[in-house]
Amino acid sequence: MLMPAHGDTAQQARPFSILAQAVAGRVLDPLLMRTIRRLADKHRSIFDRLGPHVRSSFIIDPVEFPFVLHLVANPEALTFRTVPRDALPLHDALIRGRFRTLFDLVDAGADGDASFFSRDLEILGNTDAVVTLRNALDDIDGSIAADTADLFGPPGRMALAMVRRRGLAGAGKAAR
Amino acid sequence: MIRPDLICPAGTPAALRTAVDAGADAVYCGFRNATNARNFPGLNFTREELGISIAYAHERGAKVLLTLNTYPPAGKVDLWQEAADTAVALGIDALIVADMGVAHYVAARHPDVRLHLSVQAAASNPESIRYYCDHFGVKRVVLPRILTVAEIKPIAEAIPCEIETFIFGNHGLMVEGRCSLTNYVTGQSTNLDGVCSPASDVDYRKEPGGAVASCLSGSVIDRFGADEMAGYPTICKGRYTAPHRPDGYYAFEEPVSLNLARMLPDLIHAGVHAFKIEGRQRSKSYVRSVVSAFRTAIDEVMAGRPPNIADLVSLTEGQKQTQGAFESKKWR
Repeated sequence: MLMPAHGDTAQQARPFSILAQAVAGRVLDPLLMRTIRRLADKHRSIFDRLGPHVRSSFIIDPVEFPFVLHLVANPEALTFRTVPRDALPLHDALIRGRFRTLFDLVDAGADGDASFFSRDLEILGNTDAVVTLRNALDDIDGSIAADTADLFGPPGRMALAMVRRRGLAGAGKAAR
Repeated sequence: MIRPDLICPAGTPAALRTAVDAGADAVYCGFRNATNARNFPGLNFTREELGISIAYAHERGAKVLLTLNTYPPAGKVDLWQEAADTAVALGIDALIVADMGVAHYVAARHPDVRLHLSVQAAASNPESIRYYCDHFGVKRVVLPRILTVAEIKPIAEAIPCEIETFIFGNHGLMVEGRCSLTNYVTGQSTNLDGVCSPASDVDYRKEPGGAVASCLSGSVIDRFGADEMAGYPTICKGRYTAPHRPDGYYAFEEPVSLNLARMLPDLIHAGVHAFKIEGRQRSKSYVRSVVSAFRTAIDEVMAGRPPNIADLVSLTEGQKQTQGAFESKKWR
């Protein structure tokens, strides 16, 4: 069941976030696409584990950010981009949490069930799709965050080390 | 004193490697079908993945056990037999079974392969356990989580096989292997299909004030307030109203996890041969944290030192832990 395009809007858009979204789209979208393509090339087994949800559409919502991320892990039509929080595309599921929580999950430093138990992670929509995505991504040795950092060489690894050390929760707050 | 094996969960090959690297003596896992009780989407092993994983574990001195612990419905036993044949051909170290027909098949077809009796068989007395040992050559029984440590000791002395007990993880026990709550609501069975509260039947609804309603097949089974911890969306952990409890209460069990870290010495002295960590549905992060913690704790107990017990409460369901019936029959 697809969730409506407006979806569940935790925060309404503000003028600043509209500007931030425009900048994010221009700067981040090419990086996000490069990242997802490289990860897809390196970890083809993800698609097998995703099974019927390879075409499912996910909204990943770091609550401090002025935008959300839209992911479709379909090898025929990979999508990973920023979208405005108040104009969500049709999606099957929404995964919401603070940046630090979401980062720790893709850095293999936290457990999704534990984050759900502590209410740090919110799941809406197709639970089967979310559980499948979680399990598919967890069958990767090391960490997706580390793989992503490697794409950008020493600056990427330096940024990863910084995020691991301090987190960007504070920075995310400041960006709002 | 017996040196107990640490038996660890793996839902994916990466989790298996994590468990082995963290100090597991053995890892248990299942195929991607109804032959095991964690038949969840995106989880479990293909034949090829199991073969590679067994090789990885064996090269590092660890064993791999196959969970074959659901009950084949009439006319569908082939899937369970094929799973057993495949795992044996790949060099599996033991098969964990619950159904007598599956046990009989393995005992007859693969007499040299170790059989473990799953917790799903709910064998909780010496007479029952001896029956499985006598007829199918069972070498180890995983005890239901309904016995005190004091009750385990005489059982260990009265049976001709090893004992394995859960020491950490999900504590949804009911009458293990006989729970039909999920079947009642979703039409799918924990015991026949391997899924308790299938994810495809679960949805979470956000409510005013930050509460979240946990729903199974459209029925609300719990409602977590904005400041409340959450649990798994299983009927046995749900909150319900009744004429005498209009505000809703945990009618069966509370969202809580088992943690027997402080009872390890008592369990070893009671004659337990293997300690099992629950959680094939959990992440590599969980596996790494919990396996490492119990590896350290067991090694310290065996060295005669008081165990240094890591704080694992952040990984527990509802952020609460219990020693359950192992401590007292009054736990609930």
